[in-house]
Amino acid sequence: MATQSLVGTTNRAGQTVTDPWELMHATERTPSFFTGSEVIKEAVRRANCDVMIAYPITPQSEAAALIGELFAEGFIGDYFRGESEFAVMSQCAGAAFGGARVFTTTAGPGTMRAMENFPMWAGARLPIQMIVTCRGINSPLSIQPDTLEISYLLNTGMLVWHAETAQDFYDWILKGYMVAEEPDVHLPLALCCDGFFVTHTKDVVNLTPADMCLPPYDPYRSPVPCMDMECPPVRMMRDPFVMKSNYISYATHASWQQEVWAAIERSRKHSIRWLDGLIEVDNADADILIVSSGTAVSQGREAKCMLEDEGIDVGIVKVKTLRPWPAEEIREATRKARHIIVPEFNVTGWMAKEIRATIPNPDRVYAGPHVCGGMTMPPEIIAADIKARLGLRAESLAGRGS
Amino acid sequence: MSSVYQVLPGPEHFLPPAAASMGVCLPDSGQAHIHGKIVNEEEAMEVAARQFLAARVPTIFPGPLVLWAWNEKAAKKATAIRHLYETIKECVTPSQEAMLIPMPDYRPKYPKINPEIEINPNHPNLTIWHNKIDTCMFVGVHCHQANLSLKIIRGGTCCYTIAMCAQAGHEDAMLSFRDATADKIMRLADCVKRLKGSVKPPED
Repeated sequence: MATQSLVGTTNRAGQTVTDPWELMHATERTPSFFTGSEVIKEAVRRANCDVMIAYPITPQSEAAALIGELFAEGFIGDYFRGESEFAVMSQCAGAAFGGARVFTTTAGPGTMRAMENFPMWAGARLPIQMIVTCRGINSPLSIQPDTLEISYLLNTGMLVWHAETAQDFYDWILKGYMVAEEPDVHLPLALCCDGFFVTHTKDVVNLTPADMCLPPYDPYRSPVPCMDMECPPVRMMRDPFVMKSNYISYATHASWQQEVWAAIERSRKHSIRWLDGLIEVDNADADILIVSSGTAVSQGREAKCMLEDEGIDVGIVKVKTLRPWPAEEIREATRKARHIIVPEFNVTGWMAKEIRATIPNPDRVYAGPHVCGGMTMPPEIIAADIKARLGLRAESLAGRGS
Repeated sequence: MSSVYQVLPGPEHFLPPAAASMGVCLPDSGQAHIHGKIVNEEEAMEVAARQFLAARVPTIFPGPLVLWAWNEKAAKKATAIRHLYETIKECVTPSQEAMLIPMPDYRPKYPKINPEIEINPNHPNLTIWHNKIDTCMFVGVHCHQANLSLKIIRGGTCCYTIAMCAQAGHEDAMLSFRDATADKIMRLADCVKRLKGSVKPPED
């Protein structure tokens, strides 16, 4: 592997290229008190990125601007602002086609505006990393936290991970490149977090040394040719070879799509290794399990503590990766549960639907509580819904604050 | 995902699934897979060699990564592939016809390719059918294009597919090596030579 041979050399910013496993697991970590946006900057500082393309949209604008500082300091090869989110994602594709390690950030309506590019990225096997700081997408306008946009990403062919904390975010940005750039995976990664709750709050995050960085991206390990205008996938941009009306063209396109989803499956092995499993389970023996992703898990943990004080035993399942979807892991973790509570920060309950489609006896799944449009999810409402499910009386929270 | 799915010669289906989506996993370093089952690389060497010796038309499909001398490794691999081809040719009977057909690029070609002189990832079955190829090995083909080809071949032909992959291997082949080097290809040639005469050739 060419990148391994660069370990010990220095990059453009004078950082030492470090074996990625050693960087993440064996180097001394420094506790730092940062916002999520600052954490994104610190992870990108160590990611040996070639290109970052930015466009302002709340709540990712701060991170995008901070990464501009990294460019000024020499940590990123190129940095510029696109004309729109659609343009940014197209420009990211161009940079990745050219063999660059690419990073970008977006949110809410920006994600939706750029959506056409994501299946294109996946089909073209471009391992771009995109941070999605989730917010409301519908009218009337809301810049507040809401995870509905994640559901739109689930069938793009991208890897989709959902970070709970700023520490997840820091580690997963770096680990994300290691998984996404494996030649048998080589897919874009949408690394999502709940906007504001993660990006604009401060937390203690343990950082790897700033003078060490990931090995650079090696485009020669790509499963498709690098920027060959005559060959797919680049040729698809100007002359869709599968637009011919015959069986062979259809079969080729079908096989191409299958190969993208096969690559997501292959990412399991690497994601399990780097993320220490696709899910995290606490007390799987409990009758009641709270299963979710992102900050809904954090609120679930608080609810668990409250219920335990009342003698009600509750377990937690944190889902780290949405694509690949940890179906077997969730089936095993929920095997004993009688009640599966799925709190979510969106109106449709897409996580509950995924879980219902995964496990036997899906009537065990309670899709809620839901909040959306920027509402917070007090742990009391999770606890109240669990009590209601058990037939116990819970104090109504509707009049709180009156 | 555990799997009972076996990657076997077709014709399998109108649209066969990608083997990875059926739970077939790629081997780790030092391993290979046969029909989706992880095996020791040495075992796979022997099975691959026997496949070549038992085939009517054992064929190697070298791709662009080894057809052009874009670095020293590629040139060495190309020499090793030529050696493997010559070895197979020497070791089979006159009723068998070893072939070396390049996949020079991945360009879609219309109305169709000439199947006597090349193979194309968008319709590899044409070359398999035309030349009645019953065992083939992909080498030096970009992984995405190799997987497309291998799956389409499994879908519509009865050809036994082998992948000599320089990266992580291919589930969509019936037998796949990983981390291919010139030395590994030479070892496969040695294996073919060693097994010469021990494998029953196909009956007429």
